[in-house]
This record gives sequence, structure tokens and C-alpha cells, in this order.
Amino acid sequence: MAKLTIDDLKKIKEKAKRRTELREGGDYRAKVTVHMGTCGIAAGARKIMNAFMDELEQSKSSDILLTNSGCAGLCSREPMATVELSGQAPIKYIDLTEQKTKEIFQKHVIGGNVVKKYALGKGSEKTDA
Amino acid sequence: MTQEIITEIIGKYEPDQSSLIAVLQDVQEHFGYLPKDALTDVSKELDVPLSRVLSLATFYSAFSLQPKGKHPVHVCMGTACHVRGAQPVLEAFERELGIKDGETSEDLEFSLDTVRCVGCCGLAPVVMVGEDVHGKISQSKVSRVTKKYKK
Amino acid sequence: MEKANEKAYRLHLMVCAGTACVSNNSFGIKDALEKEINKQGLEDEVLVVTTGCNGFCERGPLLVVQPGNVFYQQLEEKDIPHLVEEHFLKGRPVKKLMYKPPKEKSPIPILSDINFFKKQVLIALRNRGLIDPEKIDEYIARDGYSALAKALTEMEPKQIINEVKDSGLRGRGGGGFPTGLKWEFVSKSSTNGQERYIVCNGDEGDPGAFMDRSILEADPHAVIEGMIIGAKAIGASKGFVYVRNEYPLAVSRLIKALEQARGYGLLGKDILGSGFDFDIKIVRGAGAFVCGEETALMASIEGRLGEPRPRPPYPAEKGLWDNPTCINNVETWANVPVIINRSADWYSNIGTKTSKGTKVFSLVGKINNTGLVEVPMGITLREIIEDIGGGIPDGKKFKAVQTGGPSGGCIPAKNIDLPIDYESLTEVGSMMGSGGMVVMDEDTCMVDVAKYFISFTQNESCGKCTPCREGTKAMYEILDRITKGEGKEEDIDLLEDLAKSIKDSALCGLGNTAPNPVLTTLKYFKDEYEIHIKEKKCPAHVCRELNTYTIDEKTCLDVGHGCDLCRKNCSANAISGETKTAHQVIQEKCIKCGVCYDVCRFDAVKVK
Repeated sequence: MAKLTIDDLKKIKEKAKRRTELREGGDYRAKVTVHMGTCGIAAGARKIMNAFMDELEQSKSSDILLTNSGCAGLCSREPMATVELSGQAPIKYIDLTEQKTKEIFQKHVIGGNVVKKYALGKGSEKTDA
Repeated sequence: MTQEIITEIIGKYEPDQSSLIAVLQDVQEHFGYLPKDALTDVSKELDVPLSRVLSLATFYSAFSLQPKGKHPVHVCMGTACHVRGAQPVLEAFERELGIKDGETSEDLEFSLDTVRCVGCCGLAPVVMVGEDVHGKISQSKVSRVTKKYKK
Repeated sequence: MEKANEKAYRLHLMVCAGTACVSNNSFGIKDALEKEINKQGLEDEVLVVTTGCNGFCERGPLLVVQPGNVFYQQLEEKDIPHLVEEHFLKGRPVKKLMYKPPKEKSPIPILSDINFFKKQVLIALRNRGLIDPEKIDEYIARDGYSALAKALTEMEPKQIINEVKDSGLRGRGGGGFPTGLKWEFVSKSSTNGQERYIVCNGDEGDPGAFMDRSILEADPHAVIEGMIIGAKAIGASKGFVYVRNEYPLAVSRLIKALEQARGYGLLGKDILGSGFDFDIKIVRGAGAFVCGEETALMASIEGRLGEPRPRPPYPAEKGLWDNPTCINNVETWANVPVIINRSADWYSNIGTKTSKGTKVFSLVGKINNTGLVEVPMGITLREIIEDIGGGIPDGKKFKAVQTGGPSGGCIPAKNIDLPIDYESLTEVGSMMGSGGMVVMDEDTCMVDVAKYFISFTQNESCGKCTPCREGTKAMYEILDRITKGEGKEEDIDLLEDLAKSIKDSALCGLGNTAPNPVLTTLKYFKDEYEIHIKEKKCPAHVCRELNTYTIDEKTCLDVGHGCDLCRKNCSANAISGETKTAHQVIQEKCIKCGVCYDVCRFDAVKVK
């Protein structure tokens, strides 16, 4: 990979934003983030990730981004995942099991309906930084 | 055999004293402990006196001079685990496995050690068996955990 | 994700073939769809596939149309011709066949209104849960490395140092030394033609603390960017991250992050075309708590025994291989890019007079919401415990909170309105420390807590200086006998004397602060020590040698019908009785493990 200049940095920023921010005309219409820090993994996040991967494969969808990130902070409610559909506020799901994961994928990711009974809340945390 | 492995491990690092800890970590990971032959080989290849190798091997708690069990049990003794009852859990494992903290069972199936915080405080008290994390454990759940790993 | 089919269809129709939908005739629907599609000549444009269970069985048979994510439900064969013509031929989705969600009775709460999140201010944790830590592009998308670009192209080293100085940032590893001032010292130390070094202390050793692990796992580039900026400021060309080997995930993510940064030329020669060179190496710790102390850490990086040495000289003057070295911890480094981006003024507006910005705490122990919280300095303990933490589980009473790990102390419930900053915590006998915050309730024994910490420091003492090696051992023996009912009246004075002399004479910070947990529990909970010593009782029933377990026979028989669970679980055969009879504890056999008390579902087992 070639060395970056400051202009390249800005280009990467724009490109990565387009990929991850589910903007109009972006690459994906939905993004599923499984929170995989050590605590999440200890609580079973890998199983949740695998369940999402199975569902995604079966659905044959090409416009859903499945990704992982670090700890979301609330260890006592792990495993956690965030589902975001294009144009809608992200929803954080807590205390997940494989069964709940399947339900969330089908109803929310595919069907567009938030599975309220497993949801902690919607929107993002405030970051000032 | 040992010699070849040691040469391979040392090849990954700069051949000087500052690599000693990293080398010992890889040896520990490969064999599950630090065999005597391996330590002599490390001493020769890195040109560090054996006494120095041994002093590091006994100072740092990541290293063990004794083989560990096939299923190493690590009871977390972090503060969160302690206030949520890690001590009775440790004692229950000692009774269940018939070995004390730091020991390995005669059939080399289990070893029992305490560890400083593993950082899964949300699941306290926590026990690790090999790579598996068992959270929110209590002394009455101990036999159910060990049963999974018994022959 | 890869495209599932090589041939490009305009539409994918996903018919659910889960058991429930099949029994609702989903295969009939599939046949009808295919028939109708052929009839309309759409077979090259529209693909019908079957999928596994949608999980929405009560509305089956189901059909999902992609793209567009249109969700049809409770289909019948007679609906199909109309559906195919309207939606797939003419492009007008058929509303009456779509699923309409029932009106929500109560809306889902907004995340930032939830108490746990509401009072948090994320600076060091700014990217938590938002980016894939293994993809540098996602870090860049959230302004990553823009502070570095600014520092390298628009700022002189002196300006960077001044910015960090003016921000008021202090060491987040526990010491609280002003970061900018440290940088200035290092930048002014003479090198005699040698190098200067940057070190990131990620040897997070305090039990019950995992802030640094979480930052390294969730956002490794934040730390790397901070270190490169620091390197530019002090004129270093080489850096080290010292991470605990017990954190394999943090190590592997950090390795990946370093590779990616190197690939982009953000590490190495001529970073961002600015002519500045810097690279970072990972060193894994080997399980010695004392290596969190900076001089021991440096010895360990050099491949020696992790033993501290007296300071001065400080690392700023004589650090790694006797060269000027700037050591800051993970959280401190992660704050640096934000300060450079947002300015010192902005940062110093957060916090109190002496402590600026935010602090990350790991909130654990007897608390409802355990987790990692980042809060502005000056927030009160009450806000953290009651609002963010959601209070104590099972309606128990809050007794104390322990901060600062084995070097800190226990802050009693009466100080719950204490605003948190470096000074206020020191004033009550504890310290900020790296950010462990362990909540204790009425079932926690404070003598046991003191014994726990002393046993910890005793185990982790490197053994180099006598006060720490022998002193903590003597303190442990006294505490141990108190918890076993063998304490003597003079033990309290003896503990205080020992604590004072260790504090004054130990070689390093670990030893100097080791007595703190004992001193604070003695200061605030002396009555608990006295009850252990005089009455041979443990009020919280934690010190099990002082407990007596008995079974209330009436409850056992009348309520529990002699369920026998306690006898089955007793490993010492110390319970008599059988199913449907009252049980008794045979005191001479009882090993006081308390398992009978834990398993009894009828509160028939009593502890005194």
C-alpha cells in the first residue's frame, strides 16, 4: 500500500463514511454490529455473530453489512448487538441468545420491525469528541 | 525436537536479552510449561546465563516449571469476583478436583490456579477452563462445570 | 458481502420454507409465484428462492422481496396473480398484503436518555461500539488521524506540548501527574546523542479494572495516534506498548492496528510526507503486577526482572536503556488526539478546577449495571452509583466503594456526595488510581476486603525491599487471624503502626500505597474490626470460620417438606435427615462452606 498524504486521508474518510453510514445511495441498507470485546465474547458474542452469519447467508442478501466492534460499555447486559437500517435510528439489543438473534434478524433486519422486547434503546451515545 | 522448536521461536525475535521474556512466553505457550531442556537451549542460543533465565521464569507468574493439566482451571480472584464470592468457589474446586490451588491432578487431566482479574467483571465470579469462560458461577455449580471436562 | 447469485436478477422473492410456513402452504405459494412469473415472462428478471424460518410464524406464509425489503404476509394462492402483476411487473407494491406493525404502546427509549448512558461523556471511549477496531478506515471515518495530520503539518513540537499542558490533562494511570509537563521535561532532557522513547503503559494490573483493555480492544488506533503525536512533541523515533499477556484480544487487535497504520505510512519513515519518522513495538507482559510501576515496566521491556528502582532519576531523564523516556498509560494516550483536534480550551472546560476532562471507570461489584463508564471529573459518587449504576441489587444497602485498586481505599457510604477528582479522592484516604470502582454492599465484610488486598500485594510484592516484602506479610497474618476469630485487642494498633512504617519506607509506589485499603477500612469501619476481635463474629457473614450454620427444622419440614437439597450438596456429609424429614447440621463435621445456605430455597438454613 502506498504511503498516505493528507489528501488521501480525507479521501479514505469519505469513502469509509459512505460504506458505513448507510447514506442514501450507499452500499448497504442495513448494518448489524455485534459488540465483541473480551467481556462480550465471554458472555457468548461469538455465538451471536455466528447466528447472524448463518441468517445472513440463508437470506442471500447482499445489502446487509455484518460487522463487529469493541465493548459497548454495559457488561452486565452482554451479549449486545446494534441494528441500524438506512434512514432509521440504530437499535441496541441486549442479553442476546441465538434464538433471539434469529428473531431479530428476521423481524428487524429483514422485516423492518424493531423487536421491542429485546431492545435496550434507540439512537447513539452522545460523543462530544 | 525441543532444540528445533526453540531455534524456530528465537528466530522470530532479535537475538538479544531483551527478547528473553517474549521467547519464554512462546515456549510456555508451545509446551504448556517451561521444560528444563528448553530453558537450557534458550540460555545457550540467546547467550544468557541459565541462572538469569531461571530467575525470570520464576519471577513472572505467566511461567510454570511444572506441566499443567489438560484442562487448566483458572479461578479469577479479581476484586469484583472476590466480593461476589470467588473464595468459596475456589474451595469448591479444590474439593471437587482433589487438588489445591497451584497443583495438577495426578492423571494430568486438571490443574487449578488462581489468576488476577481476567477483566470480565460483569460476569463475576468468573472461572476459566482452558479457553472457556464460565461466568456467574457459585460453589453449587462447580461440579456441573467440572463434569463437562471429565473423561 | 459477496453477491449470492452470479446472474443478476432484478428482484429476489424469498419464500419462507420454515416448518410453520410450509404447513401454511408456502410451497403452494412458491409454485403459484413461479407459474405466474413465467406467464408474465419475468423469469429472467425475478428469482424465487426459499429461505429458512423467518421467525414470524404467526403471520405465515411469508414472502420478502429484495431489494426494497417488502414484507408480505398471510398469503393465499389467489393473491398471487394480482401481486405478480402489480408489484413485479408494474412496480407497485401491494399494500393490503403487507405486514402492518401494531401501534406501539410504549416507544423504545432513546439510548442517550437511559440513565446508564445519560451522564456519560465519551472522549477516550469516543468510538466504542461504533467502529470495527480491525479496520483502520473506520477509525479514519470518525476523524481518526486528523489530529496527527494537524500536529505534523500545522504545529511545532512546542505548540503540541503547550496545547496538552493547557488542556490540564493528567496521567490517567493513577498518579495524576500533568501530562504536558511530563512531555516538556522529556523534551528538554539531554540525550547525549541517544534516542528518546515513548512508552504506553498497558499493564493494567488492578483487579476489577479493565478500562485499558477495553480501549485497546475497541479503538487501538486512538492510542497509536496519541503516541505518534507525543513522539513528535518530544522528538522520539521509537515507541513501545507494554500490554498484559492476559489480554490476548487486545494484543491481537493492536498488532493488526499497527500493521495497518504501517501500511498507510502512518508509522515508519516520513509519516504523511512530513519528514517525521516513528515506529511502535509491542511488548507483552508476563504476569507481574509490579510491572505496572514505570521503572519495573521499563526493566521488563529490557528483558530483566520487573523490579522497581528508586526515583529520581525519573524516566523523563533516565528511562529505557538510560535514555529520556515518556511513559503514559493507555487512557491518557487515547485522550491526546481529541485535545489536539478540539483544542485545550474545549477540553479544560470539562471537569473541576484541578482535574480536567473525563475519567473512565470500570464499575463492578455489587451494582446493577456493571460496565465501563466515562464521566466528567467532578461527578459525584451518588450519580455514578445510583443513576449510572442503577443502585445495589436485591434492595441491599450500599456500604462502600473501593477505588484505586490495591493502592486505593474504601470510601464509606456517608461520602456518597463526594465529587470525584484526584484531590477529593486522596483527601478521603483513597486515590483515583487507574479507574477501578468496586461497589460493596451490606454483605461485604470490610476486614475481609482489607485482607484480600493485602494478600494481593503480598503475592505481587517483587521482594526487593523489606518493608513491602515482610511488612505486608505481617499485616496479612494479623488480618488473617482476625478473620478467623483469633484476633487480639492490640492488633488494631499493630496494624496501624505497620501501615505507617510501610508507607514511609517502601521503595516504590506499590509498596508505599499497599497499606491504604487497611488504613481506610480501619478509619471508616473500625467497629467491624472490633466485632471480629471482641465478639468473634463477622457481621456480614463473610468470614466463614466465624459462622455457625443451623437449619430451622420447622421451616425445613413445613415449607420445604425436607427437600434434601442441602444434604445432597454437602460435600462433608455434615447434614442429617432424608427427604420429607427435617434436616440438621452436624456441627462437628461442618466445614462451613455455606453451600447449604446457598442452595436452600426456603430460607430454612440460618447463619449466625
